[in-house]
Amino acid sequence: MTELIRSSYPVETADYASAGSASADIKRKLKQLGITGDVLRRVSVASYEVELNLVIHSLGGELTLSVFPEYVQLVSADRGPGIPDLSLAMREGWSTANDEARSLGFGAGMGLPNMKRNADDFDIQSEVGVGTTITMKFKLA
Amino acid sequence: MLEEKRYHSVRLDKERCRGCTNCLTRCPTEAIRVRGGRAHIVDTLCIDCGECIRICDYHAKVAVTDQLEDIKRFKYSIALPAPSLYGQFRGLKKPVYVLEALKSIGFTDVFEVARGADVVTRAIRERLRDTSLPRPVISSACPAVVRLIQVRFPELLDHVIDIRQPMEVAASIARAEFCRKHECAPHEVGCFFITPCPAKMTAIRRPIGQKKSELDGAISMMELYGLLLPHIEKMQADPNFVPATGYGVAWATSDGEANAVCPGSSLSVDGIPNVIRVLEEVENLKLTDLEYLEGNACMGGCVGGPMAFENNYVAKAAIRKLVAEMPKTHPDADVPVSMLTKYPIKNDMPFEPNDAMRLDDNLIVAMQMMNRVNEIMERLPGYDCGSCGSPTCRTFAEDIVHGYCSEMDCIHLMKERLRVMAEEMVTLAQTRRE
Repeated sequence: MTELIRSSYPVETADYASAGSASADIKRKLKQLGITGDVLRRVSVASYEVELNLVIHSLGGELTLSVFPEYVQLVSADRGPGIPDLSLAMREGWSTANDEARSLGFGAGMGLPNMKRNADDFDIQSEVGVGTTITMKFKLA
Repeated sequence: MLEEKRYHSVRLDKERCRGCTNCLTRCPTEAIRVRGGRAHIVDTLCIDCGECIRICDYHAKVAVTDQLEDIKRFKYSIALPAPSLYGQFRGLKKPVYVLEALKSIGFTDVFEVARGADVVTRAIRERLRDTSLPRPVISSACPAVVRLIQVRFPELLDHVIDIRQPMEVAASIARAEFCRKHECAPHEVGCFFITPCPAKMTAIRRPIGQKKSELDGAISMMELYGLLLPHIEKMQADPNFVPATGYGVAWATSDGEANAVCPGSSLSVDGIPNVIRVLEEVENLKLTDLEYLEGNACMGGCVGGPMAFENNYVAKAAIRKLVAEMPKTHPDADVPVSMLTKYPIKNDMPFEPNDAMRLDDNLIVAMQMMNRVNEIMERLPGYDCGSCGSPTCRTFAEDIVHGYCSEMDCIHLMKERLRVMAEEMVTLAQTRRE
């Protein structure tokens, strides 16, 4: 089925000042579309986590919201640095966040596990030196 | 969208409105439009917070409440002053002087809403034992915040505590006690809330969480301030009066409720934009380690209400001083547990989501509309100037898609169009000459 809504949000490294604004806009859009309840809740959590991940860990990238008649899709694509050990990164409590991020209360190592838990479909591709792409799908009832 | 259906205390005085953009751009729910040279309040989006009343330089936004003479509709009348009323009188030594003053201006009896807050405090503390309630549990005391959640955060409605507001609980107790003492029928007694805000007035006429309000009306604090002042100076007190606790009185200011209910793990936030920011965090599951969340639409809490007379900071200091001089008894020790079953404390209706933000009920249609909104937005300048009569370029694009206005209502697009036309005319004139 064809994609009906597509919005992209550039997210910059260490831009803590606007962190959360992309996920706030995504939430507003879904509410305007009448997508509520459990799906909205899960997309909210996952989009916030993935946006913060771009701010904290990436060299900058883009978050894209797509809405299809059957599901909502979030794609986060960054320009590096890439994750050397994916299975380690997916483990709860594991974090490589720097001191700046930790001083702001981030870096609990729950980001990726939280995204995986909230999405109906979760895919992560990463190559060191190239970048990471996370694709999450949320089924609409 | 622009028609008026639901009851709202916040209204527009058409004669006074100049059609400026002050209220337009300040409304936290984007519920105002300027059309035909004057403001309109979008009935489904307005949460009666009163922000527009505060900001309007022309006093064109008003809060409709009952008048003092309305108490004469009843054989007996009880005044139920919001605790914030005590913060309006500089140098006030005891709340009881305000209560006696209320009797002097015509009320048969008085009952402190602070007393209702004591009972509600105890009830909420009992209710918080239920660990199945999603955390943080959100206060239901500020009706503007509850309506904000209905419009913008409907999936957080199950966090909102299902206990009635202090004024409602106070009215139930006041009426029952009065009828018992004076052997009269409940309908002979009128219960009037003395209010600092329009949201409470609306909550009486159009209750949330309750089928029917226990109150018969509300009278603006501003209305009574001047009348009360000379009587308060007399400092008369009923020797048999048993006052509410300092904890109940402190509900007048931000943090008072949270401090009474859950001092160990709570957050209090005041001012609608701040409340929105915190609710976003709750929505992102970032505050799950918090027990209780108190949100107030007005800065400083109820003392900051648009119908309060005194500056909210001064009023807050006055409340603090009053509370400091009161005994430190907590409502847990002051309110017998039997009170919680004797009177209606819990809501009898669920909090319903308000889907006014929705573009259309049909997902596909809504998506098509959103795409048109995005398309139009690309042509708009993004100044959010309000000259078109919509609060932002985005709401303007939405209004176009809904068919309420057209792109040429944007003066910047219009200017651009004129420039192109002028250039075409020059070209045309030059072609003719050759």
